[in-house]
Amino acid sequence: MRPTIMEKVEGLRGINSVKIKEASEAGKKVVGMYCVFSPQEIALAADAIAVTLCGTKQEPIAEAEKHLPRNLCPLIKSSYGFAITDTCPYFYFSDVLLAETTCDGKKKMYELMGKIKPMHVMNLPQTAVDEDSLESWKKEMVKFKSFLEEKFDVEITEEKLIDAIKLMNRERDVMKRLHKLNAHKPAPLTGMDMMMAQWLKGFNVDKEAGIQLIEELIKETEELMDKGEFPFTEETPRILLTGVPIGAGSEKVLKLIEEAGGSVVVLENCSGYKGLDTMVDEAKNPIEALAEKYLSTPCSCMSNNNARLDLIKRLAEEYKVDGVVDLTWQACHTYNIESFTVRNFVKDELGLPFIQIETDYSDSDVGQIKVRIEAFLETIETKACCCGGTC
Amino acid sequence: MISIGIDVGSVASKGVAFNGTSIIAKEIVPTGWSPKLAGETLVKILMEKGKFTREEMSVIVGTGYGRVSLPFINHKVTEITCHGKGAHYFDSGIRTVIDIGGQDSKVIKLDEKGRVTDFIMNDKCAAGTGRFLQVMANVLELDISELSTVAQEGESCQINSMCTVFAESEVISLLAEGATKSQVSAGLLESVVNKTYSLISKMGVEDKVYFSGGVAQSPYIRNLLSRKLNKEIVYSIDGQYNGAIGAALIGWEQDR
Repeated sequence: MRPTIMEKVEGLRGINSVKIKEASEAGKKVVGMYCVFSPQEIALAADAIAVTLCGTKQEPIAEAEKHLPRNLCPLIKSSYGFAITDTCPYFYFSDVLLAETTCDGKKKMYELMGKIKPMHVMNLPQTAVDEDSLESWKKEMVKFKSFLEEKFDVEITEEKLIDAIKLMNRERDVMKRLHKLNAHKPAPLTGMDMMMAQWLKGFNVDKEAGIQLIEELIKETEELMDKGEFPFTEETPRILLTGVPIGAGSEKVLKLIEEAGGSVVVLENCSGYKGLDTMVDEAKNPIEALAEKYLSTPCSCMSNNNARLDLIKRLAEEYKVDGVVDLTWQACHTYNIESFTVRNFVKDELGLPFIQIETDYSDSDVGQIKVRIEAFLETIETKACCCGGTC
Repeated sequence: MISIGIDVGSVASKGVAFNGTSIIAKEIVPTGWSPKLAGETLVKILMEKGKFTREEMSVIVGTGYGRVSLPFINHKVTEITCHGKGAHYFDSGIRTVIDIGGQDSKVIKLDEKGRVTDFIMNDKCAAGTGRFLQVMANVLELDISELSTVAQEGESCQINSMCTVFAESEVISLLAEGATKSQVSAGLLESVVNKTYSLISKMGVEDKVYFSGGVAQSPYIRNLLSRKLNKEIVYSIDGQYNGAIGAALIGWEQDR
């Protein structure tokens, strides 16, 4: 059964777009962000609102292609399209933008976007595995802090940073507890609902209210679990979805997996669990703790990115998954190339069925993807069959 | 008790009837505009050919792209699983299935029990499929089956475009420049082999290799692909029925 609170969670979309307008008109500053590498804490410590900006829908892509090459990742095109068509309320009300030099496509697109609004770009190191990277990333944290202090004419004190860290850790903690409910077999929440709840948190203007709502969702879901009411059965194939981020408008593959009879129990991607795994160390110097946390994000723009494999392994075991689906956006070179490594790791080390789906936001390939996903689930079901696969 | 497998492809629909020991009837009809009608026609013909009644049919399994539009089937199974099953029934030593049909091409890896361990399909494009050859045969005013007989090895002209639409203009230009039908035909068949080869290379090939689907009927393509892979290719005259056979077998086992 679907928790009734999910309707309230979905209602956040409308509520937040009104709230951001009211807050902005009341003089509150807004920092728009795109990525899980963005240290929201620094914006919050500047007494600003930190929001994720739109980039998960097909609609503005045609406009974006007037400036950007067609053969580019849809996430980049969509983000840029929303910006130039001024159709994302969060972009509209953002006073400044924060971006990072993650992949090549994004950083070059940000050069164009930076002409529309004041933008600060953090220079993200390309590896997380050496000391120099951490040192340089710490300096980037300080630069961003100074940028906001100057732009908003505020002082970001250590106390304010510590408070913001505590608030964000609480948000991470509640989202993590929500995600972990699906470790239960069968999962109490559909992957679609989990995705929606995780994705919408990025738009929360009022963080405290958002945390409270998820607490209620957890409570109701646990009650349904106690009653034995689940949207899936013990036999439903359990899927770990890894790869690129997804949100409303780019949930095509997740939706197809669940329509074909699978249960997506883990969203390993950065719109799901990836950013929740590690907390910011509250005992350390705030800037150092923030730098450590964000640099540890196992994104494919890092070289190497073995931490992603470790995370997939840990989650596959914890959530008792039956198969791994790696979603790649077309022209996302980093995830696309890394898929070869992930495939070998999942098949050889974890002994699990694996499939990579490469697509974009459009619906033009739904038929083909459906066949692939159904066939993939059939291979899992034959394995799990009582006869041991002789039938 | 009879199990029926219906494989509704983009060009042709195939049906077989299985009685637990052997295939007692098989038929192929053009899919036409209505996959549903094609499926119903097949069931009727199979009943006549196999001399059994509707009551004796215990299960019907549908596969192929048109499987969703068959209201009378008991189960839907994807063509990937069905082709794996069909190939294993044909020869249990088969580990790799290459199937090229009207609008898709796929490579399927099987284990010793005929279970699918991995597979890959072409992307959303007709390059390297039967439809590509069909369009080109029309330009050459040939029947698709004639491409293989007309083609002459060693005299092919290279077709560079993978896209069906662009390749069509390329063929027209080549003919205008004086290329012969046999040179162009050879070039077209080679382009399909190259496209297939690059798909196979992503998966790796294990012996034995089974080649099925409509395109496998071309001896020219079979020979060329075999040489390119440096592997012997197993082929069956009934290869087009492979998916339908798999569907009937799956139905039989599920119904038992």
